[in-house]
Amino acid sequence: MNKIWGFFIVIGILFCLLNNNVEVINQEILNSTKTAFDMAVKIFPVMALWLGIAKIAEESGLLKKLSLKISGILKYIFPEIPKGHESFSYISSNIIANMFGLGNAATPFGLKAMQSLQQLNLKKDTASRSMITFLVLNTSGVTIIPTTIISLRMMYGSLNPTSVVLPCIIITFSSTILGLVIDKIFARFS
Amino acid sequence: MISNLILPLIVLFVVIYAMFKKVAIYDAFIDGAKESFPMILKLFPCLLAMILAVNIFLKSNVIIDLFKFISFIPNEIIPMIIMRPISGTSSLAILTNIYELMGPDSMVGTLASYIQGSTDTTFYIITLYFGSIGIKKIRYALWVGLLADLLAITISLIFINIVF
Repeated sequence: MNKIWGFFIVIGILFCLLNNNVEVINQEILNSTKTAFDMAVKIFPVMALWLGIAKIAEESGLLKKLSLKISGILKYIFPEIPKGHESFSYISSNIIANMFGLGNAATPFGLKAMQSLQQLNLKKDTASRSMITFLVLNTSGVTIIPTTIISLRMMYGSLNPTSVVLPCIIITFSSTILGLVIDKIFARFS
Repeated sequence: MISNLILPLIVLFVVIYAMFKKVAIYDAFIDGAKESFPMILKLFPCLLAMILAVNIFLKSNVIIDLFKFISFIPNEIIPMIIMRPISGTSSLAILTNIYELMGPDSMVGTLASYIQGSTDTTFYIITLYFGSIGIKKIRYALWVGLLADLLAITISLIFINIVF
């Protein structure tokens, strides 16, 4: 993380200096604080809302029930997590929210999942295998109904806004499976 | 609109189910919502760091100059491919821009839809998820995440050549 962060900043600023774009970079450095704050303000209430709803689902036993449904598959994807651990229910809620294209709802579940995976983690400052596997599931995006894309396509007058849904599902599933395979290979050799 | 129904239906279902199970729903909601405060406090520094670095990198135009030479990918799609793992809002902005310029049903428009729909913002997710629990050594997480994105983009390119 340290290297990437440094790379972005050093290359970016050097390139701007070479191209006489100092004005732009000045603006950008000052603006980024505002952008970050705006983002945090935007995420915060949505997170509070969904964590509230999630808590209700948790206390009523609904999360556990849902997670039982897909934990059969999850067991094979996350062999390191002990049976019946609470992280399964958060991971499955996150996946379910992602499937419906509800990114905002998926994030709080994802954060809770990371928290409970951290309890199992032996080295607290280092990512565990299960965490990285969970990340792959998220970054390759297991979307079934890409709600945002469909509504955007409608807005721009597409003749068939939902025509991309099936290809998206095929692409996302094949890349997710390949991503998991790569993850397992990396996990073995690290 | 089905997409408009999903959200209220989920909330309704969760609340009714909990009422049947005789859960103190109001108290549970407040308890859950409270957990967002420590989360956001841990989150903000990570967000700031990421946005600073990404924006400096982007606005320097280094990307556009470097990737001019790749010709088998439509030019309009290149900024999107690079932005997709870094920033969700900017890749969505690029997608909207492509729809406006070339139309959502054009080859480039369809390809952009595929890419947006089958990938996610790897950098953002890593920053957010690992930042929230204080993990500093992410090991191979970034490479696996980016490879998964690259795979999705490659499959999208293959798919678009079959469809068009």
